[in-house]
Parts: sequence; structure tokens; C-alpha cells
Amino acid sequence: MTDHQSEFDSVTGRSTTGHEWDGIKELNTPLPRWWVITFYLTIIWAIGYWIVYPAWPLISSNTRGVIGYSSRADVAVELANLEKIRGDKMVALGAASLADIEKDPALLALARAKGKTVFGDNCAPCHGSGAAGAKGFPNLNDDDWLWGGTLDQIMQTIQFGARSGHAKTHEGQMLAFGKDGVLKPDEIVTVANYVRSLSGLPTRKGYDAAKGEKIFADNCVACHGDGGKGNQELGAPNLTDKIWLYGSDEAILIETITNGRAGVMPAWEGRLDPATIKAMAVYVHSLGGGK
Amino acid sequence: MNKTVNPKDLTSDDDYGPLYAARKKVYPQSVSGTFRRIKWGLMAFCLGVYYFLPFVRWNRGLGAPSQAVLIDLPNSRFYFFFIELWPQEVYYFTGLLIVAAVALFLMNSVGGRIWCGYLCPQTVWTDLFYAVERLIEGDRRERMKKDASKDPMKLERISEILLKHSIWLLIAWWTGGAWVLYFNDAPTLVKELVTFQGPMIAYIWIGILTATTYVLAGYMREQVCTYMCPWPRIQAALTDEWALNVTYRYDRGEKRTSVKKAAELRALGEQVGDCVDCYQCVAVCPTGIDIRNGPQLECIQCGLCIDACDNVMTKIGRPTRLIAYDNDINIHRRQEGKAPIYRIVRPRTMVYSAIIAAVGGFMIYVLATRTLLDINVLHDRNPVAVRLSDGSIRNAYTARLLNKSGHDRVIAIDIDGPVNSTIHVVGVDSVTPDRPMIVIPRDSTSELRLLVTAPAEGNQEKSIPVRFRVTDIGLGEAASTTDNFVAP
Repeated sequence: MTDHQSEFDSVTGRSTTGHEWDGIKELNTPLPRWWVITFYLTIIWAIGYWIVYPAWPLISSNTRGVIGYSSRADVAVELANLEKIRGDKMVALGAASLADIEKDPALLALARAKGKTVFGDNCAPCHGSGAAGAKGFPNLNDDDWLWGGTLDQIMQTIQFGARSGHAKTHEGQMLAFGKDGVLKPDEIVTVANYVRSLSGLPTRKGYDAAKGEKIFADNCVACHGDGGKGNQELGAPNLTDKIWLYGSDEAILIETITNGRAGVMPAWEGRLDPATIKAMAVYVHSLGGGK
Repeated sequence: MNKTVNPKDLTSDDDYGPLYAARKKVYPQSVSGTFRRIKWGLMAFCLGVYYFLPFVRWNRGLGAPSQAVLIDLPNSRFYFFFIELWPQEVYYFTGLLIVAAVALFLMNSVGGRIWCGYLCPQTVWTDLFYAVERLIEGDRRERMKKDASKDPMKLERISEILLKHSIWLLIAWWTGGAWVLYFNDAPTLVKELVTFQGPMIAYIWIGILTATTYVLAGYMREQVCTYMCPWPRIQAALTDEWALNVTYRYDRGEKRTSVKKAAELRALGEQVGDCVDCYQCVAVCPTGIDIRNGPQLECIQCGLCIDACDNVMTKIGRPTRLIAYDNDINIHRRQEGKAPIYRIVRPRTMVYSAIIAAVGGFMIYVLATRTLLDINVLHDRNPVAVRLSDGSIRNAYTARLLNKSGHDRVIAIDIDGPVNSTIHVVGVDSVTPDRPMIVIPRDSTSELRLLVTAPAEGNQEKSIPVRFRVTDIGLGEAASTTDNFVAP
């Protein structure tokens, strides 16, 4: 700057910076002093910030700052607070009866929200994230229940599971009529067609309905009941409705009768706390199929 | 033409150097006249509204806030007299902002930066602070003399300064105090604040607003307009040659001469300007400029120089309005001996007015026709449909019912869509199974789970439109929304 001669511009009454481009001279428009001071203050502030707060990355860590602030510690505190808030609400949930939870909009909303999260974490791998089920894993949205669809029955199933090995679990399984030699292959085909006829599905041409009925009466009625209406005590499905856990094709039915079925649901008692299990029961019940 | 100067000569005592400059403190002189009166009136109006509006009451019934204007952040409600807005209606503010922006454009195209000169909070509070300063320390000359005095301060001067800052701080504190009253019930909060039981956040905001008011109106003043505010820059792009800006009518004013000399020259029949170079226009200017240099970035169009000049012109027996709200077109017309023309109504102002009318009208229409009952429905995505044991189809929806009124409602839910369809609300045992009825508390939202079931017969299509209708069975007010009923 020293080699430039500052000049006075008579038109504007201002000084110039002394810079000249093609005969045009740059006017000196000085910044207000407070602006410059503020600018320097921000720099000083930044340096102070480096000292006080975590700032500079090092090779494997970072500078910690003199007051020891950590955003992770903040998160931990926030999470602890959240747990505390939830704790109180979950206690209220644990104290209420299942029926009362469904009648109280606030508790119902809490149970549904909690249940949905826990369902996603624990149940979705088998039942699907929307509880729509899959082959062998029941759809929990419909009104067909293997072990019962009342609030208490759902809760019992969640607590103790099905064929889970828990002392109080649901027991009962479909026998392997073919593999164990109880029924011959042609008898299995006949009874499979009879089962299809129970829910109005078409049957194979020339199949012997009377023989099918007899085989069914001799072998199946014990669990599936007269007319195949099922038995929730044993987890024996209703064979007259439109819902099929493994499928209603003749081939699948033959496979089911030949090899038997014994789907397993784990017991959740002990893995989930009682209030959470309650929330789950309410959630599953409220999906739409609850009785 | 440029003469070379030594840079040292440019550096005055209060300058640090050529790269940045010390502020040249402005000492506006008091003035009286038309525009000063308008400014006093508008200042009283604006400050009156700001300080006292939170205390205006409005009866909304039991359990609802009774404050006319209230921003209820914890409950996410905004109350403005008869209007109550929910967070999802925040788009009304978009309309308000559009109207505000275009109103600013309109003002600018009619009278330049009159917003800056009369209504901007920065101007209003600075004006108030100047008035206090003038009352305590005296007018322009006295203040300049006192500031420039090198004598050690006497008790009188110290008490003057103390008094001035105390009053400033009091005004600033009151400004912050009024601000927080918009966010809580004013009388209750005032009681809490004076007994030191108010929420910490209220004290913090009072502190912040006190500090900003004190600094911006007491110290920064015209620098806020010159350096910090974007509007002076923006308005340059929005103005046109017809806008009436504060203008020195140089066709009348030049050449400047003294009163005495002008009288002599006029006696000789010579052409003399009216400007007597008295510098009154400069003395009263709150931004410290000389309006005779033409339109300038710093000028806030307050018109105080017009008052100052008019007073002088009256005294020396010349016509007033040597400085006036005018434009260059008329100066040239007068120079050419033509009558000046003023075109307030022109395409630009008409377009702005039309936009304001259209957006404002639309907002009024939307506000007047908005329902206080609403329903939103979200179809379950997983599973989209469920086959029941008897073969019928069920779809589940999450419905959100909004009751924006001040009383509880009994709502009936009906559906139109799939043949022979029925609706059930989870957790609700309605006395009328085909038409579930529920209660939604006043001023709240209810989230419900709706199950719509329809037989497979007659509903073969993959997707059937379904309309959910909610009806207030007491008042008959209704709302509806549509979604689809999907087959598995």
C-alpha cells in the first residue's frame, strides 16, 4: 500500500485507495469501526471456544476443552430423563387390567406405541413388521386364532409361547400321519380332498367323499373337532374357514398330513417385563382381529 | 481534477486509519412541523399497540385463554382475537408475510422508504431515545458542546448521563417485558415477574430484548439502517422514477445564496435560488446526511428535513416545500416550464394493490370457510388388507380427528364405499354398532384406529374408493376425507 498514493476524489468528497484500473480509481469506503471490532471479537470468541469446548480433532481423539463438556453426556442425561418419564407411564400400564387399558384412550395409545416398537424388535422376524404373518406364522390382523383371540388368551400366548418348552406353554401338535404310517398315501389324498371340501374348495375328480369323511372322523376329529371347526385348547386350526396357515393346495395339505405340523413360538415371559407383555397383548389385540 | 493529498491529512483525530472509520455521531436537532407531527402520532400508535395489546382480553369461554393476542407455545396454539390457529395452519402466516412484503413494495412505490422513516421499530425506538436524550441533555448544539467538552465532568453532567441511561434502560426493559407477555397470560405473568416467580426463560428474553433495544436505539441508531439492514439495498431494485422520495428541488433551490444577498439580487431582477444554505435540513437529519446531495442510501424518508426547510422558508417569506416528497421527473418538468404530474395510480402500484387484494381476499375466504372439525386418514401399509375367516376383507386405517372448537363434540363416523361395508373403532363399544360415535374433547386431536370390513361378494375390484364422513351429531357440522379400500 505504501507505494500507492492516496488521493482525494473531488466529485464524491472521498479519498481513494490509490488503486487504479484503466483510469478508474477505487474509492476508499472504510468499514465502521464497530464492525471491525466485532469481527476481531468473533475471532477472540472462537479461540476462547477452542479452549473451553471440545474442538480440535487429534489423531485418535480430540481436544476435550477445559469445562469437560460432552454432547454424549448430554444425550445420556436426556435418555435417562426419558426412561424416567416412560418408567412412570409403564408402571401405570402394568397396574391397569387389560380391559381397562383398551378403554382408556391414553393407556391404549401408550400400549399401542410401546407394543408396536417391541413387536418390531421381537416379533417381526416371524410375524412380519405389520403382523401380516407368513407361511407357518399366523397373520395377527385377522380374526382366526389358533390359541384364542381374547386379550387374556393373546397375553397367555405371548407369555408362554406355543410348544416353547415353558412349563405353561401351549401344547398339542399335528401328528405325522403319513410318516408314522397311520395313513396310507391314497388315504391321505382322500382326506386332503375332504378337508378342502370343508371350506368349499374344489376337490379332485372322482375322490370318495364318504371315505374321506370316515378317515377324518377316525383320525382328525379328536383334535379338529366335529366338522373340522378346530380346537383352541390344542391349537388345532379351524379347517372350515378361508384362512390357511400353511396353504390350502392339495399338495400342501398332503404334506401337512404326511409330516405333521408343530410351529413353535417362544415364551416371552422373563425376556420382556410384564408391563411390556401387556402392551404387546393390547397392541396385537387392537390390530383388528381381537375377540 | 483530483488533487493529491497526503493520507495523513485525511485521518482525523477520531479515525484509526483509512481502512475503517469511526462513527460520526449524529446530533439531530428538534424540529416541528407536519411530518414531525405524523411521526409523533405513529410512534404513539405503534408503541401503544406493542405495549398494551397483551392486556386486551377476549372471551373464548371456560378453559380457553382469555388473551386477545397470544402465542401459546407449550400447547402449540396461536390466538388472535376470534382466530385460533393450530400448527398445521401455519401457512396462514405465509399469506400474511406475502401481504406484508407486497405492502412494503407498495409503500415504496408510492412514497419511497416511508416504512423506514415512520413505522420501522428501529426508527420508532431510536426516535423515542432521541427524544429522551434531547429532554435531558438539550438540543443539538448543547449535546455537541457537552460531548466535545474536555473539562472534567461536573456532578450535574454525570447525573444527566446517569438519568438518560436509566430512562433508556427503563424503556428497553419495558420493551422486553412487553415481548414476553405475548407468550403467556399477561396479567398472570406480570404478577409472577414482579414477585420473581416467573419462568427463567421470560427473564432471559426480557434481558435479551432490553439489551438489543438499549444498544440498537441508544448506540447503533442510524448505523443499523446504513450497515445492517438489507432493505435499503433491496428497495433500490423496487423503486421507479415515479416514486415520491424526499427530494431537494434543486430547480428552485440553486444557486444557493445568503438571505441578504438573495434579496439584493432579486431586487436587481436576477434569478436566485431559494436555498439559503442554512444547513437546517442537515441539522435535523437523524442519519446525518445532506439531502441536497440527492437520493442517498442512508436516507430513511422521514421528512424531518422538509419540516426544517419549511420553517426557514416561512421565516424568510419564500414558498415552502423547497424539500418535498417529489421526484426527478417533476423537477425536469418544472425546469421546462411544465406543470408537475403525480402518478400514484400506475401499473406498478395497481399490480401491488391487486396482489395484496388477491392474497388478502384469499386468506379471508380460507379463514372464513375453514372448518373447526376435520379428519385425516392414513391407510395401513403393512398389511394393506386382511382376509378374515369368513372370507370377507378388512382394511385398517389410522384416523386423526381434529376438534378445533371450544367445546367437546360427539362425533358419528360413517363410510361410503365398498358394498355392505361396516366400520369399527378399536376400543370403542358404540351403542350404535353400525355408526360408531365417539367424544372428542374441545381443542384437541383424537387418534383412532378404524377397521373397515366388507364381504368379498360385490367388492371384487382391487381398489375401491372409500369416503370417511364425520358428523357432529349436535351441531351437524361435518367433514370428510377419502382413501381406498384394497383387496388382499
